Amino acid sequence: MSIWIEEDAKVLVQGITGKQGMFHADKMVEYGTNIVGGCTPGKGGQTVELQGKQFPVWHSMTEAIKATDADATVIYVPPPFAAEAIMEAADAFDYIKGEGVIVCITEGIPTLDMVKAVAYVENRPGVRLIGPNCPGIITPGENGGAKIGIMPGHIHAKGRIGIVSKSGTLTYEAVAQTMSIHEGQSTCIGIGGDPVNGTGFIDCLAAFETDPQTEAIIMIGEIGGNAEQEAAAWAAENVSKPIVGFVAGATAPPGKRMGHAGAIISGGKGTAEEKFEAFRAAGIACAMDPSELGKVLLESLKAAGLR
Amino acid sequence: MNIHEYQGKTLLRENNVAVLEGVHCTTVDQALSAYDSLGSKVVAVKSQIHAGGRGKGTLYHPETREHVMDGGVKIAFSRDEVESYATNILGNVLVTIQTGDQGKLVSNLYIEAGCDIAHEYYLALLVDRDNKSVLIMASTEGGMDIEDVAHNTPELIHKVVVDPNAGLLGFQKRDLGMSLGLSGAALKSFGKMLTNMYTMFVREDCAMVEINPLVRTGADEIVALDSKISFDENAEFRHKKWDDLRDLSEEEDVEIRAKETGLSYVKLDGNIGCLVNGAGLAMATMDVIKLYGGEPANFLDVGGGANEEQVKTAFSIILEDPNVKGILVNIFGGIMRCDIIARGVIAATEALSLEVPLVVRLAGTNVDEGKKILAASTLNIHPADDLAEGAKKIVALIGGDE
Repeated sequence: MSIWIEEDAKVLVQGITGKQGMFHADKMVEYGTNIVGGCTPGKGGQTVELQGKQFPVWHSMTEAIKATDADATVIYVPPPFAAEAIMEAADAFDYIKGEGVIVCITEGIPTLDMVKAVAYVENRPGVRLIGPNCPGIITPGENGGAKIGIMPGHIHAKGRIGIVSKSGTLTYEAVAQTMSIHEGQSTCIGIGGDPVNGTGFIDCLAAFETDPQTEAIIMIGEIGGNAEQEAAAWAAENVSKPIVGFVAGATAPPGKRMGHAGAIISGGKGTAEEKFEAFRAAGIACAMDPSELGKVLLESLKAAGLR
Repeated sequence: MNIHEYQGKTLLRENNVAVLEGVHCTTVDQALSAYDSLGSKVVAVKSQIHAGGRGKGTLYHPETREHVMDGGVKIAFSRDEVESYATNILGNVLVTIQTGDQGKLVSNLYIEAGCDIAHEYYLALLVDRDNKSVLIMASTEGGMDIEDVAHNTPELIHKVVVDPNAGLLGFQKRDLGMSLGLSGAALKSFGKMLTNMYTMFVREDCAMVEINPLVRTGADEIVALDSKISFDENAEFRHKKWDDLRDLSEEEDVEIRAKETGLSYVKLDGNIGCLVNGAGLAMATMDVIKLYGGEPANFLDVGGGANEEQVKTAFSIILEDPNVKGILVNIFGGIMRCDIIARGVIAATEALSLEVPLVVRLAGTNVDEGKKILAASTLNIHPADDLAEGAKKIVALIGGDE
């Protein structure tokens, strides 16, 4: 098992004919992801070549899902059109299958577009949105697996650690840390660093808690908002598996946006200190340095009798 | 992106939100003719900077740092007072609780007509992360620091969450207005103002609109006496007019140049420059430098697909800061290949004839090739295998220089 995405999940690519879409679709096929085609309005009927094989392109998500019975879609559509691409996918998944996973990689979507898109997705309870502005989701398999996003596939291996993070490269760092203590990953999810997004920390923790493959969790937050504090409080009540945490931005000055649209300390709220405190209060083992995530995870696994 | 009060007032006026008559000035002469044209005996003389706390701020001479005047917002009762206040404000530096000690040079002034105030309120619209919706907050405690109000008397802050599908509804406006104690003509005026302001918030892609104070006049009209408006930078592509509203003097020149080349840079006060891919990892790199006894000089995210040229620009931006005594490069290659980064680092250090110590930590895609390239170079580059080692090395290297 894994969460939300099985190793052999059928995946569509929205924006597959664009430069970014095609580049990453190729990398996903190379990794072993079961890409079943793509969608670019106006380019239906064409095919794109990925790793020497031809993949069909449809005009609309409705056509694409009807034809392929896809389980998930990944969006590489530019910011002005990305929110609409999310809503198109949500509508098609809901109408045709009643469920589906939408992974939006696009960075720089206007916040009010996301307010609309998230409300639209939430009105379709079987549909899950991951992102935007995130590296995506990966479920490593025995051979390949399902990589839906932009993360470097080769650093991962199948295992029992679930990872959830707001940041891209810091997620890779966490993956490398699990590998350094000879642990693989069940599923890794980047939820993105935007102020308004789909799937949050609590959704991921809840899914990891019920997933039999996952035995421990790494959770990586960053400054801004209070999603980490809420997740920690929730985890204290609802998660029995060991959690290891890190929060980026302890040295970030207040009032300055640190790259991610949501990474800002405003009105003295959303500091790393606050979040680390909430983690500790919830019994989450904290690493103050991401290079020590492996060490702290190993200690937690030992304490839980898992090593 | 922030705009000045006078620009915000123009926007509010265009959207049929009541504001007082006012004139934007950049000279004392303009301030005096503004006073003459407004025909109001009492006017407010307001410093225009992108920071709050102007009224309680202090003005200093920009070079001598001599104290000039207390208060960056003054009420003038005569033409002579307008002249004296405008002279004291323009060209001087205003320090407020939000500007830091260096303060901000005031080049713009707003002269605004007076009004008959019956009560002051607080009003703000913003995108609320918890509800993933637009949140409207109002309070009877106008003119105060709202964070103090939220802390000491949270029951005095009233909130309404707008459903993005339904929009702002009549009962929400009534509830909010009545919770402020409004009735009759004032309640009606408040509701109309709120509709117009919410419409503006959405149409103009605002990130925040804060009106403190919002006032009820003696004639039961609701008027925005102040305006603090910021826009969502992600929506810039559909708002060409923002180019005219942007005051570049309010932004760090180097941060603007970084943005133009696709880099995200924030200057800090330390002496160890950092060059990292990814915002989260860039923050973590700063944190780890601090953890091992150093002080980061900047936040710098080169993004996911940086090329040799961007790496070079990143180095030159870091080195513009005279405090930088050493640089830590931390790259976890995903899409970005470590060999390309290694070549970029070498090209940049050669082109800029780098003199400060440089520690490079590479991981991820093509890491072995990247490390080989660095090792083969005759330049003084110190490799590190992980972030902690990199941070410890650079801290030790700059410590040794002193």
